[in-house]
This record gives sequence, C-alpha cells and structure tokens, in this order.
Amino acid sequence: MSVTLASAESTPFEIAQAETPATTHETPADTHAAQPAGEVHTETGVAHGEEAGSGVFPPFDQSTFASQLLWLAITFGLFYLLMSKVVIPRIGGILETRHDRIAQDLDEASRLKAEADAAIASYEQELASARTKGNAIASTARDEAKARADAERAKIEASLQDKIAGAETRIAEIKAKALADVGTIAEETTAAVVEQLIGAKVTKAEVASAVKSAAGK
Amino acid sequence: MSNDPTHQFLVNKIVPIEIGGIDFSFTNASLFMVATVAAGIGFLYFTTGQRGLVPSRMQSVSEMSYEFIASMLREGAGSHGMKFFPFVFSLFMFVLTANMLGMVPYFFTVTSQIIVTFALAMLVIGTVVVYGFYKHGFGFLKLFVPSGVPGMLLPLVVTIEVISFLSRPISLSIRLFANMLAGHITLKVFAGFVTSLSALGAVGVAGAILPLFMTVALTGLEFLVSFLQAYVFAVLTCMYLNDAVHPGGH
Repeated sequence: MSVTLASAESTPFEIAQAETPATTHETPADTHAAQPAGEVHTETGVAHGEEAGSGVFPPFDQSTFASQLLWLAITFGLFYLLMSKVVIPRIGGILETRHDRIAQDLDEASRLKAEADAAIASYEQELASARTKGNAIASTARDEAKARADAERAKIEASLQDKIAGAETRIAEIKAKALADVGTIAEETTAAVVEQLIGAKVTKAEVASAVKSAAGK
Repeated sequence: MSNDPTHQFLVNKIVPIEIGGIDFSFTNASLFMVATVAAGIGFLYFTTGQRGLVPSRMQSVSEMSYEFIASMLREGAGSHGMKFFPFVFSLFMFVLTANMLGMVPYFFTVTSQIIVTFALAMLVIGTVVVYGFYKHGFGFLKLFVPSGVPGMLLPLVVTIEVISFLSRPISLSIRLFANMLAGHITLKVFAGFVTSLSALGAVGVAGAILPLFMTVALTGLEFLVSFLQAYVFAVLTCMYLNDAVHPGGH
C-alpha cells in the first residue's frame, strides 16, 4: 500500500514539474506578443472555451498561419527532396530492372528458339545428305558388283570359248586323220576282198588307182 | 477530451519559437507534418528495401502508387509533363499520408487546415504559372484564348477563362480542406452522440446504437474520402500542369 501511495504522490509532483518549464517558456511569448491565445494553447480545457468564446474557428485562426506555412515549407520541402533523390530513383530503378529483365528474358527465349530452329534445320539437312550419301553408296556398290559380275562372266565366257575352239580343232584334226586313214583302209579292204573273190594277188598300185577312181566318182 | 467537434482542429504549441515577432512555434500541426513525411517516405523506402524482382505485397503497393501517378501524369500532361513526376508524386503521397494519419483517433489532420491546403494549391498554380511563362513566354497567355471562338465573344470568353484560372487555387484548396474538415466534424458529432446518449442510462444506451453504426460506417467512408481527395488533388494538378506544358492545345 505504501508503494502505491508513494507512486500516487509522485505523479502529481512530476506533472507539476513538467508544467513548470512549460509556463516559464510561455511567459516570454506572452510578454512579447501579449496574446491571450498564447496561454490558451497550453491548457486545452480552458483554451477551448476561450477559443470558442472568441468565435475563431480553429482552421481560420490566423495566428497559427505563419507557423503552419513555415513548417509545411520545411516538411514538404524535405518530403520532395527525399522523394526525388531517394524514393523515386529507387522505385523507378526497380521497375526498370524488371522491364529490362523481362525484355532480356524474351530475347533469350527468342534466341533459344532460333537456336532450336537452326538445330532442327541442320538435323534435317544432315538427314537428307546422309540419305543421299547412302543412296550413292548403295548405287556404287550395286554398279561395282554388276561390273565385277560382268567381268567374271566375260572371262568365263572367253575361257569357255577357248575350250570350245580347242575342242573343235581337235575334232577337226581327228576327223582329218580319220579321213586320211579311210583310203588306206579301203585299199586294204579292197585288196582283201579281191583276193578272196578272185584268188589272185593284185598289186598295191592297181588297188590304189581303183579306189581313187571309185572315190573320185 | 472535449465533446466540441472543432476541438480536434486546434493548433497547440509544443516548442514555442518566435522570430521577429512572428510565431513560428513547433505545434501539433508541425508534428504531424513531420509524421507525414516520416510515414510517407518511410513506407516507400522500407517496402522497396528488398528491391525484389518479384515484388512482395508491400513493395507492390509502393510500385502501384508510383505507376498509378506516373500513368495519371502521362495521360494528363503527356510525356513532356513527366518532368513534374517527383512533384506530383510528392503532392499525392503527402496529401494521402496526411489524410490517412488524420484518420487515427487523437491524431491531428494536417490537411484540415485551410492554410496548408491553400499553400499546396498555390504551389501547384505557382509552378504552372512560372513554368508556363518560362517555357512559352507570352505564348502561355494563349491559355486564356481558346481557338475557334468568334471575335465578338472573345472578350467574354477570355474574362471567363481568367476568372476560372484565378479560382483554381481556391477551389483546389477548399475542396480538400472542406472534405477533411466536414468528414472529421461529422465523425466527431456522431461519436459524441454515442457518449452523450449512453450517459443517459439504459434507454440512452439503446439509442446510442444507431449513431454507433453511423460512426463505423462514416469511418469507412472517410477512408474512401481520404484517398479520393488525394487522388482528385493529384488529377487536378496533372490537368493544370498540362496547361503549363501545352498552353495552346486543349
């Protein structure tokens, strides 16, 4: 209880202390300007009554105009200065950075798209050239194979031709030999036939001329 | 706290300053001007601290307000008007922050003082006049001579144009001031009904329900008005600046 009492006692004392400098401050103002309005402002309760009594509507109280104008000039000037030097460049910078970033991203996107398009185009070109090359390789291979096959066939045909020619020569030889032998056989046969028929020996010359004349007919 | 609805607009000295017999005291109005600067700059500064490429929720609020005013100015005054962007953005954010701070109970509303709104309006018109003459010389006066008006009507039209130009700072300042003042007074009156009625006992408490709902609804409306008036102030500033940038063409 004693504590609360002490604090309760100290409170009015503090108020009194606080009020004292205010009144001393106020005194020179009063003596200089001798305005009752000066006192009025410190003690709101009374002030209000007197203010209303004097019939001055507070916003039209001209005694406050000079101070309001001065402080408005100071504060608005400061406000304008801070705005134009700090806040506006800052927000403007943020917005500009964002615009730049968006534009940059769009550029990047279009660049990547162009790259992708180029890659697709080159891929298709590669594909087409590979196809052409493949076709070329296939056709050369086919041509080579055909050529080789043709050459092979020609060689074989030639060798066959040779063999045929050889065989034909041999046949002709054999035939000629056989034909050559035919006269001798005919003479021997004729001599033997004549001997058997007439029982007389005929000379080889007679037989040969007879055969010759028979063959000549 | 007094129940008088105009009490909230009282300017109280915090640090008395007097120079040459003129009172330049640091008052509660000055305090809330400083608070407006701190809150407005602080919000925009700290929400954009991350400089996120993908903005956070708060950062996108700052970016949206930036782009909102930038597109408003570009539509209103063309690309030549963009040199006034810091000015218009400062005006909009200052008025908006002051209005919004004023919505906090017990806070002083800087923009409910006619001298403040008038000073801001004169700043706008002064900028228009100075820039208009600086850029176009006497060609700026073409502003008062609309093209395609027959010679007979010209004196009349020019008179009307001059009067409308002169009334701009008045309408610009009164609009903002009156909206903030009236809104806060209305809120205070309805909130006052709640307290004074509920002091009357059970019947009074029952009767206080309606003004309580009104107070809640009006608070919502006042937030809308706070934003809307800052927006209107900025839009009109853009339109007036357009006259300075392009005085001939409408």
